[in-house]
Amino acid sequence: MSNSTLDTLLPQGPDWSFDSIRQYDDAIREIALEFGLDTYPNQIEIISSEQMMDAYASVGMPLGYHHWSYGKQFLEVEQNYKRGRMGLAYEIVINFSPCIAYLMEENNMMMQALVIAHACYGHNSFFKGNYLFRTWTDATAIIDYLVFAKRYVQECEEKYGIQEVEATLDSCHALMNFGVDRYKRPVPLSAQEEMARQDERERLLQQQVNDLWRTIPKAMAEVQERETDRHFPSEPQENLLYFIEKHAPLLKPWQRELVRIVRKMAQYFYPQRQTQVMNEGWASFWHYTLMNELYNRGKVTEGFILEFLQSHTNVVYQPGFDSPYYSGINPYALGFAIYSDLKRMCENPTEEDRYWFPDVVGKNWVEVLDFAMRNYKDESFILQYLSPKVMRDFRFFGLENDVLNNYIEVKEIHNETGFRELRQRLSQQYNLGYRDPNIQVQRVNINGDRSLTLRHVMDHERPLNDDTVEVLKHVRRLWGFDVRLESWSDGSLVETHHCSNNDPYGIL
Amino acid sequence: MSYIIDRRLNGKHKSSVNRQRFLRRYRDHIRKAVEKAVNDRSIKDLDRGETITIPKRDIHEPVFGHGRGGVGSVVHPGNKEFNAGDKIPRPPQNGGGQGSGQGKASDHGEGEDEFAFQISQEEFLDCVFEDLALPNLVRKQLGDMTEFQIKHAGIVSEGTPSKLNLVRSMRNAYARRMVMSGDARRRLAELEELIQKLEQEQASGRTIDDTQLALLREKAATYQQKIDKTPFLDTYDLRYNHHVKEPQPSSKAVMFCVMDVSGSMTQETKNIAKRFFILLYLFLTRNYEKIEVVFIRHHTSAKEVTEEEFFYSRETGGTIVSSALKLMQKIIKQRYSPDQWNIYAAQASDGDNWDDDSRICQQVMEDGLIDLVQYFTYIEITPHDHQSLWYAYEKLQSAYSDRFAMRHILDVGDIYPVFRELFQRRLHEQLNA
Repeated sequence: MSNSTLDTLLPQGPDWSFDSIRQYDDAIREIALEFGLDTYPNQIEIISSEQMMDAYASVGMPLGYHHWSYGKQFLEVEQNYKRGRMGLAYEIVINFSPCIAYLMEENNMMMQALVIAHACYGHNSFFKGNYLFRTWTDATAIIDYLVFAKRYVQECEEKYGIQEVEATLDSCHALMNFGVDRYKRPVPLSAQEEMARQDERERLLQQQVNDLWRTIPKAMAEVQERETDRHFPSEPQENLLYFIEKHAPLLKPWQRELVRIVRKMAQYFYPQRQTQVMNEGWASFWHYTLMNELYNRGKVTEGFILEFLQSHTNVVYQPGFDSPYYSGINPYALGFAIYSDLKRMCENPTEEDRYWFPDVVGKNWVEVLDFAMRNYKDESFILQYLSPKVMRDFRFFGLENDVLNNYIEVKEIHNETGFRELRQRLSQQYNLGYRDPNIQVQRVNINGDRSLTLRHVMDHERPLNDDTVEVLKHVRRLWGFDVRLESWSDGSLVETHHCSNNDPYGIL
Repeated sequence: MSYIIDRRLNGKHKSSVNRQRFLRRYRDHIRKAVEKAVNDRSIKDLDRGETITIPKRDIHEPVFGHGRGGVGSVVHPGNKEFNAGDKIPRPPQNGGGQGSGQGKASDHGEGEDEFAFQISQEEFLDCVFEDLALPNLVRKQLGDMTEFQIKHAGIVSEGTPSKLNLVRSMRNAYARRMVMSGDARRRLAELEELIQKLEQEQASGRTIDDTQLALLREKAATYQQKIDKTPFLDTYDLRYNHHVKEPQPSSKAVMFCVMDVSGSMTQETKNIAKRFFILLYLFLTRNYEKIEVVFIRHHTSAKEVTEEEFFYSRETGGTIVSSALKLMQKIIKQRYSPDQWNIYAAQASDGDNWDDDSRICQQVMEDGLIDLVQYFTYIEITPHDHQSLWYAYEKLQSAYSDRFAMRHILDVGDIYPVFRELFQRRLHEQLNA
């Protein structure tokens, strides 16, 4: 740190320039390093609002394969934006090394600084530190894999026609949330290996599949063995797409590859779905801290910091459930509140905090926050760190809605008796296992009609939604034979869906 | 270290492929919306983009999820008066997203069950005229009075100074200089090195052969001279842009709008006719670079008028259709030679005609008018029975089915379908297209 940068004002005024962005970035990085934020290198890209809309439409990915659903997304964003119903996010940041952050050219200097602090040091350090991202995604490989996927899909379209490819992708997308390994660690993506192994894999896969479906009679001994081994799969499989990729009898090699691509994408996004509160909260906490630190060190003016505070307040605003602006809990607000409260408990604990968080009180807040960021996902993070004070501040209350009753019951509110259950309930809300229904591959009728049976284990007696029939058609299309879906509750069969339409979409 | 990159110059229409895919997938919806727009819109903004709405359920991508029912659980912020154990009456259907917590259950009053988006003017017109084709689309070739277009036709070595191509000339000069003096330069460089070496030796006190040095210097001087003699720019370096006049097939079209303005034509009928004319005009603009429109209105006598007069002034009196046809023929003779112009005609009428005149109309057409035009469309806007004109034209239609078409229109809603029918791409054109 050179003394000359101390006590000198960073460039002021609303307009940014590449030079001023660099100066702010340098100043913010200096502070971030002092706080021990460990980040991937940053790549800051200035883009226009149109480009931002493009980025939106492709779920923030700098490049993706072509599919009509992205077009739909784009039109939706464009329409909302043009009508002023929606502002574009100030930034998009991509979990990649170097970490790519998009800054919109329309932003003023203050916003650019905020975004740099938020994305380039907040999100970036989260991507690098959080265990889910460390385990499930390989930040150095994703772009290469995207390039590979895009090219592969394009080649398929040329060879087999856009319609067929889109149809297969439609079906895969319908099962995207059921295409992740929740417990098993995946092999990191590597585009090179993918390509190198691709041919071999196609051949092997087909062979494997053929093995399973072999109908030529075997020697007696083997038949005996098969009789006992008749239950396939031997254990229920949670990763539907994986199962389809490996075992669907009629898929062509290129279709298996498409299934695989969608599966890999799902796996890549899986950590993001589980760390929304933590990730946004972390980034918000750090942009708040870093920007205030800039002010404390006399690098920005009062006007600048006031303008910042206004934007920040908007970001972490939580409307009440009865507000017309309410659309669920704002992950920025909740995450920011929890991290800020953790810091407060470290520095100025109350009696209550000593009772609830004896491990946190009085510790070095930077270390406590770092630990929290690294080792949790939303569900466990809330369960571990949501304090009574935050629950009071948000005025949380828990509802239970049992269809058998004609009322909705308030189970607990933000008071002494309710804190624990309330926290439990909120934590559950972020549990993907609770949000997504539990559907697994149960059985394949190998020697008979080749039908596939999925089992849905009902949670809290909640039935499946109206899409089920449609999704089953997609499963049917991928599997190629009849598909059955059984809903079980407490060991008894409640409902069965059956999709036997020979060719539901007239495509395969 | 951070890298800061300006990406604003990169393409911004990355999503256009996906957008096109979406449009193609929901083509039927768009087609319907366009059809409605063509019928509903005021005439002035017929060629504009359009907002297409598609029911959300049609573009929904299904996923497994929890439906309503069972025991739902949710935490909300902003409690004011509730206490643990309170029982809130269930809001009437649709009201609560409580069922499955999270998700898209919106509390924003009405759910948004329409997906709306804009298509551009170009896309709108593409859709309006999709699968339509102008019959007998012939680009007229001309004998001697061809239209010309000046076209760039490469680079030549002779020309006027005004057409000098600087870059090419300088490039040639550079190449020539390299070729002509390259050898001399290399030798010169070698010699100079040698001279320098000798001079150094001399400076360091060693005795050297003065004559050799002088010889070398002399040699070097000759090479230098040779280099200097190579001209910087020579006449045969010069290159000129070459342009040629290319004969252009004519792509001019003239459209005749013929309308009956006798007392029996109401403003409403005229509006229907106007829509038809405008559709035709828009369609022609997509096929021809240059279009002229001639308005002919008639009652008992025909007159060429301005657009304003054509659509809005009222006349009374009887109807003699042949007067308009004769005028049209005359105008074609005077101003729009069929050699140069693609001639289209659209006639709108309520079917009224002076009894004896219909035969004359048929006569005029058969006697030559029909051979002058590329395509003649007749629309009859009437809720009543057909009269003599219709039957006279019917005979024409059977005789000249390739260039004469007629349809009956009842109200505004018929226009677009009729228009599509009239200009439906025919099989043989599809093959040629």
